Amino acid sequence: MDERKRWRAPLLSLIFLLLFLGVWQVATQPDAATAVAADDEYAALLGAAAAGGGQSAMPTPAEVGAKLWEHLSDPFYDRGTNDKGIGIQLAHSIARVLLGFGLAALVAIPLGFVIGMSPLVYRALDPFIQILKPISPLAWMPLALYTIKDSGISAIFVIFICSLWPMLVNTAFGVSSVRRDWLNVARTLEVSRLRTAFQVILPAAAPTIMTGMRISIGIAWLVIVAAEMLVGGTGIGYFVWNEWNNLSIANIISAILFIGLIGMLLDTTLARLARAVTYKE
Amino acid sequence: MSAFRNPFDPEIRLHRGGCACGRHHSQAEHDAAEVLEQRQMQDRVVEGAVMRALFPQDAVRRRFLKAVGGSTAMAAVAGLFPLAAAKEAFAQGGGALEKTKLKVGFIPITCATPIIMAHPLGFYAKYGLDVEVVKTAGWAVIRDKALSKEYDAAHMLSPMPLAISTGTGSSPIPWTAPAVENINGQAITLSMKHKDKRDPKDWKGFKFAVPFDYSMHNYLLRYYLAEHGIDPDRDVQIRSVPPPEMVANLRAGNIDGFLAPDPVNQRAVYDGVGFIHLLSKEIWDGHPCCVFSASKEFVTTMPNTYQALLKGILDATAYARKAENRKEIAAAIAPANYLNQPVTVVEQVLTGTFADGLGKVVRDPNRIDFDPFPYDAFAVWILTQMKRWGQIKGDIDYAGVAREVFLATDAVKLMKEVGLEPPAASKAIEIMGKPFDPGRPDDYVNSFAIRRS
Repeated sequence: MDERKRWRAPLLSLIFLLLFLGVWQVATQPDAATAVAADDEYAALLGAAAAGGGQSAMPTPAEVGAKLWEHLSDPFYDRGTNDKGIGIQLAHSIARVLLGFGLAALVAIPLGFVIGMSPLVYRALDPFIQILKPISPLAWMPLALYTIKDSGISAIFVIFICSLWPMLVNTAFGVSSVRRDWLNVARTLEVSRLRTAFQVILPAAAPTIMTGMRISIGIAWLVIVAAEMLVGGTGIGYFVWNEWNNLSIANIISAILFIGLIGMLLDTTLARLARAVTYKE
Repeated sequence: MSAFRNPFDPEIRLHRGGCACGRHHSQAEHDAAEVLEQRQMQDRVVEGAVMRALFPQDAVRRRFLKAVGGSTAMAAVAGLFPLAAAKEAFAQGGGALEKTKLKVGFIPITCATPIIMAHPLGFYAKYGLDVEVVKTAGWAVIRDKALSKEYDAAHMLSPMPLAISTGTGSSPIPWTAPAVENINGQAITLSMKHKDKRDPKDWKGFKFAVPFDYSMHNYLLRYYLAEHGIDPDRDVQIRSVPPPEMVANLRAGNIDGFLAPDPVNQRAVYDGVGFIHLLSKEIWDGHPCCVFSASKEFVTTMPNTYQALLKGILDATAYARKAENRKEIAAAIAPANYLNQPVTVVEQVLTGTFADGLGKVVRDPNRIDFDPFPYDAFAVWILTQMKRWGQIKGDIDYAGVAREVFLATDAVKLMKEVGLEPPAASKAIEIMGKPFDPGRPDDYVNSFAIRRS
């Protein structure tokens, strides 16, 4: 009985997927040739759909599948500055995200610790954090380009700034809400402040900090696509923009799929890490 | 199939991803390899000349080579004689280049044809430069990257260097436009639903898109509308939309039409979304559109590199000017590395044999043309329009700014050096039947009924 139940959810997922693909297929079914264009010479100058008198339409699932296969079978080609395989583009985006995210973690976690441990600093910095936190990371882009004068670093800066706040706020919250009893026990045992921080507060606040990091990397991955669409050059965002330029919806759908997969991968990795540091009280 | 390949060869590769000989990923790589071969051949010539000078008798040279071996001989000769420098000097034929690895930014539109094609067709390599042409997402980004020196030179809309130099829309930095890339080559495209509204007087309430506020597109569209009695600020909406988004917006019905660079217009036809109402050459035949631009600093601190780069562009422009080369160029710049468009779309733009979207095949070989000469009068006209529409406030030294930014004198000199005939310094300009006298810009601005200044 149990054995059969375990298969139910994946089966249902599969049914949903097939249903979705079916609806997609029906919705994008090309109409049987409606109007015939004036003459062959004219028709040869147009796209397939326009030649039949219509507009080019959404690609069918089969077309997208073919594109996907094309990308998967040769993900690392390099045909010049502006045409690289989707694997290379994804690698560029992931590198940017990890760099910006890493730098943000280096700043946010120590700073969050200080803020969390001192109620005075917490209250003093609170208004700044509250104002800076809700700013859309892309709003920083023109400012970054203007001051940093380097588009690559600007993109990393945008990732840095957007992943900073969730980690900072969560670390501060986690640190400030460590149970008083544990701190008191440490004090009674005359444990040094540094040792308290590393051996009592850090493990106690770790799950909250990890949650902050998980939120941050999610946001960072959302933002990188938009940032790269603005800045261009390399990355999956640039790929989407470049294919938009070419109005190739099939390529864009493939890219969307890859973005989703990588985002899921990043999220599950951090979820695993978070599980490793959780504890039962 | 390119016009230059053997049409009787059954083995010729037709696939966009390959090249003619089949050994390279793309035609671009194939061409790059060919250029490299040319360069190697050139080097051989230099080496040969040096060896012949050192050993006038063949028998002596042979004995020497046999005794020490070829590579040792080469090293020995290189020790005596700066072979590498001689090869470089031969390739350039001028002063030493301050920098050979350059980055040039472009926007993926056919206006950038000379800048783009110079890469796959080897015009940069011919002058000893290793230029990376980088596709850029929009005009504001290309301006910022050029200002921040990420690019050594860039493709810009012709009003942009003027705007940068005068500090309109950014802080003033001396900028130059040493060569115009293309003339004509833009069009007004309207949505299919307006195919019966061909008279601009019926366009009240329309929403139009242009690529940028400081663009010929904006000024030409405003001029065209105003000549038909439509006030471009009050009767219609004109917004700036990046070219790739134009077709998508036209399809979605967010805009009614646009005056845009190609291949956007042809792409709208290709996708059955719009039709070409009017080519921009019917507004002003021979108008400039985009320019090749660089900062004054680059021009003055790296004069040799700048000249080599400009020679490459001028050479490419001259090549693009010839109608018989256009198909080859279309095939070279259509791949994903450059314009990322179907070849037929680019070919229709460059050859001027195109579908208008209403069922007719139009043949107009001058749809787009390439003429590098930066006439001062072009700059003055642009400045008058900036003044007319209130982008520039106050008085302005039209001729002075024009001379500083559009480097006509440099162009004359360099065109002679690469063996091209520079045109006369002035040119009669007539826009929709109204003549323009660059000597009296203020009177010209005041002669318009619809204006903002």
